[in-house]
Amino acid sequence: MSTVIFRAIAPYLTALMVLFSVFVLLRGHNNPGGGFIGGLIAASAFAIYGIAYGVPPVRRALRFHPMGIAGFGLVVATLAGVPSLIGGKPFLTALWAYPKIFGMEVAISTATFFDIGVYLVVLGTITSVALSLEERER
Amino acid sequence: MAESAGHAAVDVASAMVTAPIAPLDAIIVAPTLITLLFGAVLLMARKRPETQAPLGIAGLLLLTAATAGILARVVTGGPLTMTMGSWLPPFGITFAVDVLGASFALVSSVVALVVGVFASRGLRRVESRYGFYPFLLLMMAGVCNAFLTGDIFNLYVWFEVMLIASFGLIVLGNSKEQLDGAVRYAVLNLLAAAFFLTATGYLYGALGTLNMAEIAIKLREGVPGMPVNTITALYILGFGMKAAAFPVAFWLPASYHTPSPSAGAVFAGLLTKVGAYALLRTLIMLMPSEEALYDTFLTAIAIGTMLLGSLGAMGHSDFRRILGYLVISGIGVILAGLAIGTAEGLAGGIFYAFHSMIVMSALYLASGLIGQLGGSQDLRKLGGLYGASPLLAGLTLTLVFSVSALPPFSGFWAKILVTEAAMVDGRWWLAGIVLGTGLLNALASGRAFTQIFWRGGPSGTPDGAEKSVPGEIPGEDRAVLFGSLAALTLMSLVIGLWPSPLMRLAEAGAAGLLDPTLYIRAVFGGAS
Repeated sequence: MSTVIFRAIAPYLTALMVLFSVFVLLRGHNNPGGGFIGGLIAASAFAIYGIAYGVPPVRRALRFHPMGIAGFGLVVATLAGVPSLIGGKPFLTALWAYPKIFGMEVAISTATFFDIGVYLVVLGTITSVALSLEERER
Repeated sequence: MAESAGHAAVDVASAMVTAPIAPLDAIIVAPTLITLLFGAVLLMARKRPETQAPLGIAGLLLLTAATAGILARVVTGGPLTMTMGSWLPPFGITFAVDVLGASFALVSSVVALVVGVFASRGLRRVESRYGFYPFLLLMMAGVCNAFLTGDIFNLYVWFEVMLIASFGLIVLGNSKEQLDGAVRYAVLNLLAAAFFLTATGYLYGALGTLNMAEIAIKLREGVPGMPVNTITALYILGFGMKAAAFPVAFWLPASYHTPSPSAGAVFAGLLTKVGAYALLRTLIMLMPSEEALYDTFLTAIAIGTMLLGSLGAMGHSDFRRILGYLVISGIGVILAGLAIGTAEGLAGGIFYAFHSMIVMSALYLASGLIGQLGGSQDLRKLGGLYGASPLLAGLTLTLVFSVSALPPFSGFWAKILVTEAAMVDGRWWLAGIVLGTGLLNALASGRAFTQIFWRGGPSGTPDGAEKSVPGEIPGEDRAVLFGSLAALTLMSLVIGLWPSPLMRLAEAGAAGLLDPTLYIRAVFGGAS
């Protein structure tokens, strides 16, 4: 799969897909999208990079082991339920804040952080599977 | 809820929990938080083997404390509930704990804690590097939350969590035999999950709810044209496979002898009991009206399971396979309690489940030490271990007595309760089989004990000759390994000598199943 065209395109494609995955993650609260599908898109981005350049560059670029990323995502998702407990509400109740950033009202909720956790879990798990499958092939 | 200008105010009072929850009631999600957080952190720290055991044991300690807290709260204050995300049922997922769920959760976390301590010295390097502790913690997330949830689809989800983590545990050593065992285990358990899911789909289609309390109300009122028979049969099949009931039990002896002793101990102690718990919950609490339908059927299954377990244990010569069949035999006794269906019968079955969790885990740990000393699990190759370790012989003998239901150990009271309930209910033949399989278990486990410990050496060693054993347990590991095995053995003895606290828990659990009024009121108390 290491044709010149593919190798030249792969980095841009990967960058675009990761960017798009974040977009899908963030729009997911009220529109189609969300952490799960975003994580899948990001994982396929890394898989494409791995097909083009081999697995070691992907592992270097990720810095952390994919399973570690998945673990971190699970921590984020679990902790996203805790603020509501402190406020005397049931676990995982969504709490909202509307801070103004550069004059724009930005809606932030604990549910967003839960979704970010899901994104990281899916990204980590699927990337881990994809990379070990690609490693076997060589 | 902070509503700022520009956001339309929506009336949420009809769809959401608005009353604040008491701070102490938040303990109901503590097991979820502890197991998931510790599991995740252990996963992140996988590359640092020295952190694994301390972190894992700390997590299991906290889990035990949390489940003990929940049990204390439930025993004094009645069932405890919380509806996640504030969305009222049927939208939100409800956690609801009664005495039954809380005591199952406590016993299983105690067992997991002891096994976790044992594993700190009992694992080979490769097993801890591939993540024994993360898998153990995540499996406990599945096990404990299955006992705590009050939503039947959520129960399915925790079953899956438990299953996936246990796949990881079973293949840790990466040997060919383990992969073979894992495939059988995985295929049959996935099939069972599919039956469970299908039944839940039917139930949701007919009732429009997955909340157990609401299902219990609706089914007690009766729903015309509902395929209750189908649903009941599918649940019995699905959970029966999980619990390793006859005739769908053959995956258990085909797979449980392959994982490392520590993993085998949690499997044998906990996983099948989750299936038995789910049977109790669905059949007795949710579908009591179908009792007449499944009574005979379940009695037949219970008898088949007991006989299969005891005869299988008699017929094998691999120690761990024998233990696998003894697990099955115990499941049969629990099912007998379930089939009797009276308060006494259920209490007996529940008590037997507690006993079996502790004793079967302990026996698997003992099998690990026997394997380490004798270099095999095959009764024909083992022998002379009494001379090598009298302490191990003593502990194993205690466990053999307990699993054979001899006094003064926990198994004795468990079988007494079930037998008595069967006699009172007029099922003397069921009582006879419960006692008869106890005798068979005594023969099977006694045979294993004499061959492993009393015979001078491997099969064929002449009487009076003593051969040295091939393996040894390093001195620095001894305190931890024997200490954790002794802890479980001691629990069985203490329960045997002083059974009334656990018996009261089992009785309260059975009462809560037969009359779930308090449970239902706790779930919908917040709604009205």
